[in-house]
Amino acid sequence: MVSKPLLEVKNLRVQFQTADGIVKAVDGISYSVESGKALGIVGESGSGKSVSSLTVMGLSRFTNAKIEGEILFEGRDLLKATDEEMRTIRGNEIAMIFQDPLSSLHPYYKVGKQLVEAIRAHNSDMSKAAARTKAIELLGMVDLPDPKRRVDNYPHEFSGGMRQRAMIAMALANDPKLLIADEPTTALDVTVQAQILALIGRLQHELNTAVVIITHDLGVIAETADDVAVMYAGRIVERATTERIFRSPEHPYTWGLLRSIPRLDVPRDAPLVPIPGRPPSLINPPSGCSFHPRCPYVLESHKTIDPMLEPVPGEPAHGVACLLPSDLRKRIWSELREGTDPAEVREHVQLDELEGAKPV
Amino acid sequence: MLRYIIRRLLWGIVLLVLVSALTFVIFYVLPSGDPAAQRAGPKAGPDLIAAVREQLHLNDPKIEQFGRYMKNVFFHFDFGMSFQNNTNVKDDIISRLPATISLSVGAVIVWLAIAFPVGIISAIRRRSFLDRFTMGASLVAISAPVYWLGLVALYLFADDVGKYKIFPGINSYVPISQDPVKWFESLILPWLVLAASFAAIYARLLRGNLIDTMSEDYIRTARAKGLGERRVVLRHGVRSAVTPVVTILGLDLGILLGGAILTESVFNIPGIGRYSYEAIQRLDLPKIQGTVLFAAFFIIALNIVVDIAYAFLDPRVKYG
Repeated sequence: MVSKPLLEVKNLRVQFQTADGIVKAVDGISYSVESGKALGIVGESGSGKSVSSLTVMGLSRFTNAKIEGEILFEGRDLLKATDEEMRTIRGNEIAMIFQDPLSSLHPYYKVGKQLVEAIRAHNSDMSKAAARTKAIELLGMVDLPDPKRRVDNYPHEFSGGMRQRAMIAMALANDPKLLIADEPTTALDVTVQAQILALIGRLQHELNTAVVIITHDLGVIAETADDVAVMYAGRIVERATTERIFRSPEHPYTWGLLRSIPRLDVPRDAPLVPIPGRPPSLINPPSGCSFHPRCPYVLESHKTIDPMLEPVPGEPAHGVACLLPSDLRKRIWSELREGTDPAEVREHVQLDELEGAKPV
Repeated sequence: MLRYIIRRLLWGIVLLVLVSALTFVIFYVLPSGDPAAQRAGPKAGPDLIAAVREQLHLNDPKIEQFGRYMKNVFFHFDFGMSFQNNTNVKDDIISRLPATISLSVGAVIVWLAIAFPVGIISAIRRRSFLDRFTMGASLVAISAPVYWLGLVALYLFADDVGKYKIFPGINSYVPISQDPVKWFESLILPWLVLAASFAAIYARLLRGNLIDTMSEDYIRTARAKGLGERRVVLRHGVRSAVTPVVTILGLDLGILLGGAILTESVFNIPGIGRYSYEAIQRLDLPKIQGTVLFAAFFIIALNIVVDIAYAFLDPRVKYG
């Protein structure tokens, strides 16, 4: 039986009008998540990963964003919902946790009061006392120590990890079907990061919540996500199961991301390999493949042809937007995995002869 | 907290002592005229002036004069007798206090009642017609001097000289204890005139604060919770934006209680401002001293109140 996805994003485009021009923050992305599953969206700053999820929450309505496409939540298009309908969905059926829990909690209100507010926003008939009891329960559920006392603390009296636990408790206040976590561990210590990720994973399975986890950290993806979408310049450039992304990635950008994380199985003095260049402008994106200015395997034709996200031959669930032939990509990755330098790999696979053979 | 309050109160007293000492130096050590001559009046001969000088102890060593002056001020709240009308300055000031309080507190209410809705709406409907209109109008209100605005208001609306005889004009002030209705009517124009520029400043301040606050992460959280926009703005946005406004409000009220000199003079309201204006005009030293110290007292007191209020407004502030 094929279960129907809880959330289906189809060809979503989000643009912002600025003084410098139109910023194409999200440029036609599609993905879906099922209940109880976690999708990781990975990409560097400005790749459109946060904007796309804020749009799912209906929070980019408060900006001057121009939005196109479809966001189907349980089959219903959220982009066509009224502001009031969106309000009843937000924090209720779809909840979100943010990057910096200190600035995301109101500094002047007690944690408990902010939780009570979240609960009562969608249960207006619940008494304050009952909501407070529920708030203490929620704080206990996210393993906050001594919730009965902590409920009356202000956010500044919490540690970073406790604040993020409180944020998660707030997000779970109304048993959401979908939880969006936007860089939930970026502002936290490494040890606390692992705890928070474990907590999100536990709650996802206990409550059968669908999770979209946004991060620039592939380590977070490895720990939490079932599927991964790699975003670059407002597009998804590769999409696959987490296992395939780590074992047989096909996009040069994904290769770069994987090579730039420290590994324990290579000598300690082996340098980390950064991806050269800067993230592209979203006002005037590069022609052709948007990754071509930074791609070590670029060919002349890639500067004009815009690749589509297409399935890898024999792997219908693995999509990649790259103009290199699939067998060549596999050869490149197998060499890169051995630690070979991209320039050498380019020689080995005789990439430049390919250019001559193909009509441009 | 209590320790902090006590410490602030003690410092406040120290500050008042310093202000008193400074006024003493200005008026008796470096006087702009001979106090004895002032007291004796323009027609007095040298003999009379000498007698007055003796009577006011002006021949004593300065340090003794200072001690006597400080003792009178701090233990008897006694600023001496007015040179001009021979009335007790302390009693004068106390009898004029209700008018000044009526004017200042009323004006504060008026300007807050204008500034809050205007500031909030123009922050939220930023760049709308309403925003541009009110912010333009506020520039006019800020730029208009009170004495000019007061005269214009009288010319337009006073029931004696006005084009549209709506409100009581100059000299119409009646104490609230005598006739509350007349008291209220007589203060309508002064309140509006005094409040105009403050309302404009506060509206702009609140607008700016609120625009900043509305882009905070916790506003996004409030929306993500599914709160209505009204609640997001009022409970989450305005709550933060209002804190700096409270600080300035305390200081402004302190200054006004020390005497709204221009407004009281234009409308001839018998308050402390009008009193100090007269005192300065006639170089009546005890009166000037009394009003200066009185104003200093209000400013220092309201400063302390503001600092204490801050601890209640912002839970992150801890005093110890």
